[in-house]
Amino acid sequence: MDLISNLALGLSEAVSLVNLAYCFLGVLIGTAVGVLPGLGPLATMALLLPTVYALDATSALIMLAGIYYGAQYGGSTTAILINVPGEASSVITTLDGHQMARQGRAGPALAAAAIGSFFAGTVATVVIAAFSPPLTALALKFGPAEYFSLLVFGLIGAVVLASGSLIKAVAMVILGLLLGQVNTDTISGTPRYSFGLLELTDGIGFIAIAMGIFGFAEIISNLSKPEAQREVFTRKVTGLWPTRKDFGMAAPAMLRGTAIGSILGVLPGGGAMLSSFASYSIEKKLAKDPSGFGRGDIRGVAGPESANNAGAQTSFIPMLTLGIPSGAVMALMIGAMTIKGIQPGPQVMSSNPALFWGLIASMWVGNLMLIILNLPMIGIWIRLLMVPYRFLFPAIMAFCCIGLYTLNNNNFDVYVGAIFAVAGYAFYKLGCEAAPLLLGFVLGPMMEESLRRALLLSRGDWTTFLTRPLSLSLLVLSALLLLAVVLPTIRQKREIAFVED
Amino acid sequence: MRIKSQRDFWSGVMFFSIGVFFGVGSRHYSIGSSAHPGPGYFPLLLSIVIGILGLVIVVKALTLETRDGEPIGAIAWKPLLAIVCSIVVFGVLLPRVGLGIAMLLLVGGSSLAGTTFKWADVIFASAVMTAFSWLAFIWGLGLPIPMWPSLLTD
Repeated sequence: MDLISNLALGLSEAVSLVNLAYCFLGVLIGTAVGVLPGLGPLATMALLLPTVYALDATSALIMLAGIYYGAQYGGSTTAILINVPGEASSVITTLDGHQMARQGRAGPALAAAAIGSFFAGTVATVVIAAFSPPLTALALKFGPAEYFSLLVFGLIGAVVLASGSLIKAVAMVILGLLLGQVNTDTISGTPRYSFGLLELTDGIGFIAIAMGIFGFAEIISNLSKPEAQREVFTRKVTGLWPTRKDFGMAAPAMLRGTAIGSILGVLPGGGAMLSSFASYSIEKKLAKDPSGFGRGDIRGVAGPESANNAGAQTSFIPMLTLGIPSGAVMALMIGAMTIKGIQPGPQVMSSNPALFWGLIASMWVGNLMLIILNLPMIGIWIRLLMVPYRFLFPAIMAFCCIGLYTLNNNNFDVYVGAIFAVAGYAFYKLGCEAAPLLLGFVLGPMMEESLRRALLLSRGDWTTFLTRPLSLSLLVLSALLLLAVVLPTIRQKREIAFVED
Repeated sequence: MRIKSQRDFWSGVMFFSIGVFFGVGSRHYSIGSSAHPGPGYFPLLLSIVIGILGLVIVVKALTLETRDGEPIGAIAWKPLLAIVCSIVVFGVLLPRVGLGIAMLLLVGGSSLAGTTFKWADVIFASAVMTAFSWLAFIWGLGLPIPMWPSLLTD
């Protein structure tokens, strides 16, 4: 079989001593920058790009890829432990992961995230090897109209998973989209809503918003409660390892998450992130008793974590087979390939088979290293949570402030973080959930671009979203999803009305 | 007219004002037409939608009966001010006086937000965090974060 001989070739390339070493270095650096909020994989890879000149092409790409998926692992650790998503794709993990940590179940949460990621990574490696060409063909069918509808679908998913008022969640998504408009317009080059501040022309930093709302505001609201009621961490830590029941619940979620991630990851844009949102809403829909979601349901960790890792990996497909970057990180990978004189595109598979398959096999090897590296760490992470809160919150503050400063090595992002701390506290007081805002913010620029492109192509005809079959079906799906949530609310309202009669 | 849900009423007001703010802002940029959307097109569209949603939420808050009036409750000024001020002070001071002093003030200032404040705890926690940050960011990642006041190093 082609697939097996190809993977064998790749594996033999990936387990050479040099490549193993660079793979290890990559995942180690990746985990570190993932755990530390602030410095993300993108900045790290950019910093390390010059080293590519000194390295062999395969080793260099293996190391850079390791940083990328290592950071996904690390990002979920921070999300679970201190409720700050280290990476955009771990926003969802904060919802249930952090709640589990508060209930003394940080161990099972971390283990579910690690095992889910490893399983997803293994499957995604095979998916990349087997389905690169057909999946790429599917991705090519996506025009701007389809993208726009897909993003609508993703955002509706975010609204659905909010636990509070539906209309407020929609408003929060739109607020997020608006905040994403603070940038330099990609089509005309006009700086928007920058108030003459040079720093704002690049947009507000995702990390600054995430830390302000999830890190700082969370601390303020925790401290505002009387000490006795403070629902911080319980002293009682129950088990480092998931129980048999946990496994039973997490395993199907992992399977579904992996499938969703493998498919959505191929799409250019926020594949990994979108898939974690999609997986969460699907898990919540499928659950017989969804009331535990948002309060520490292991499925809410296992599913999205598997999805984002699978997505992170399959996002290599368009880059490897078409030379189209699916995001800034992949653009950097392409940069690294061109430095080594390799033209990314369909011919890489045939002209540099060792590099192509070596990189793919190294992803599996890297995932194996990550799980070996991370499982023993769980015990250490948990001990961190035993630190009394009066020490823990100043430490989280210090950690976040330093992280904000390192974003661009200046204090501007620290101030933005402070502003969003106030905003986050206001959202908390007003009962507005913040997770939809964050997704809107991240997807905003992409949504605008696809909307404007689609309208340009259709000469201003809005029906283009309804006449294209793929786009239409995505919109119908979003409508169904919305209806599914609205209907029970209406029913409840009517029941309440009847009770009052 | 009585407000039936304080929380919803004020969130509605917030969303509506945000809509007005961004909507007015978008007038500074070319809106274009649907066939040729300009940089102001999408923000204006979003502002209108969020403005309408804000109004709907306000109307809902004025008409739909709630059990307890959903009060906003007291604002926790002490933690809010202590945390936000510490962050800002850290931002102002870090490039000027270096990591050691900025960290001490950050940890000390934010500890004021808690119920118990002990100098020994503050000094211990800031020493640990400074050591960790130096190890991870300055030594490990080689980031240009000043450690000492610029007066001393110049």
